[in-house]
Amino acid sequence: MNLAHQYFDYQTMINSLPILWKGLKMTLLICAAVIPLGLLGGLVVALGRQTRLTAVRITVIALIDLFRALPPLFLLILLYAGLPFMGVRLSPFSCVCVAFLLNTSAYYGEVYRAGLESVGRGQREAARSTGLSYMQTMLFVVLPQAIRNVLPDLVSNTVEVVKLTSLASVVALPELLYSADMARAATLNSSPIVLAAAIYLAILWPIIRLASRLEHRLGH
Amino acid sequence: MGTTNQFIDTFFRSDLVARYFDDIAQATLVTIEVAACVIVTGIGFGLLLAIVRSYKVRAVNFVIVAFSDICRSLPPLVLILLTYFGLPGLGIDLSNFCVLWIVLSLVLAAFSEEIFWSGILSVRRGQWEAARSTGLGYSTTLFFVVLPQAIRITVPPLTNRTIVIIKNTALGSVIGVPEILNVASTAESFVGNITPLTMGALAYLALFIPITVLGRWIEAQFSWTRA
Repeated sequence: MNLAHQYFDYQTMINSLPILWKGLKMTLLICAAVIPLGLLGGLVVALGRQTRLTAVRITVIALIDLFRALPPLFLLILLYAGLPFMGVRLSPFSCVCVAFLLNTSAYYGEVYRAGLESVGRGQREAARSTGLSYMQTMLFVVLPQAIRNVLPDLVSNTVEVVKLTSLASVVALPELLYSADMARAATLNSSPIVLAAAIYLAILWPIIRLASRLEHRLGH
Repeated sequence: MGTTNQFIDTFFRSDLVARYFDDIAQATLVTIEVAACVIVTGIGFGLLLAIVRSYKVRAVNFVIVAFSDICRSLPPLVLILLTYFGLPGLGIDLSNFCVLWIVLSLVLAAFSEEIFWSGILSVRRGQWEAARSTGLGYSTTLFFVVLPQAIRITVPPLTNRTIVIIKNTALGSVIGVPEILNVASTAESFVGNITPLTMGALAYLALFIPITVLGRWIEAQFSWTRA
């Protein structure tokens, strides 16, 4: 009885729907900014890691390790509190996007790296010897195979990005979890958070299933 | 020279470093403590679930898969808020340390169950058949033939996933666990200077860079032996 009231109060859920809908739109907006940029940033990182220019390679590796070592929430707070001291003023939205992008590009970069390493050397050599340029070799021969090989990891990393957006609630960006927590604080009832959890589940569960199906199909 | 001093004053003021050194060190110990507890219970529970799953009892497996899918789909912060603010209303009072420990353990258990399970699946059928045909029972085969091979394969992905999840100890700051982020950001807003956060960053780097490098080494090591 108590459990039903504390977590599954129908009326509270209905009342919190409008604010959660607004929050969901903000969450999707963050995703729309961070996922494509992260996929692109990761590619740049992975290629930078392979370059023959030692200085670039070492810098890229150092940055990857730096952004993978800091917890994403810490990185977010650090930028949020620290950037104004450096004279940089960003809106909370941009700040959140920059923090997640730094974190997520490092992770996507590592996924692409595994993909690039999975493509045999002979593929490149063969492509180059037929007269393709470096760019053509990468774009038309190596990357398509590399991405295919790590597709499940790319998908599951994307799930992690969507989950990451919930951290924006800590700096009061009104995304899904923040809105739900506001509703919880106003009603002193956890039902809005259960509803938010159901929304996350509805979005992410099919993607997780897709990722494991892809994994089994590739025979990992 | 003016700008250098200004930079140091903003990011690394020596009197603040001295004032907060002990606090940050203490907070680092709390972070290590939570992380260690989460690793032990999370991976232990995950392995247990994978073992139970391999006995293929339909109803039980349905529950395990549902648990694993839910805990892998939900952002950990959602689970933390649900537990921390919801349970007191049911008359269950848990300390914030316990909430963080339990939630992160469940998340790590869900991921490691999935990793151990695909490890078990990846062991060739012939291994099962050969072991059974020599007269070993199902459990003996599982524990002495299949699991030792399965666990070897799971080490690299498990290490990486564990590192990602123990970084979520920073979420404890939201419910007041005195870990690194909490102590550093409280101090930062108290003194209006970013030095404590810089110290926090250094503490995290000192903790996680060696672990990340170790993870990469393990990955390289294991993929080399398989090739």
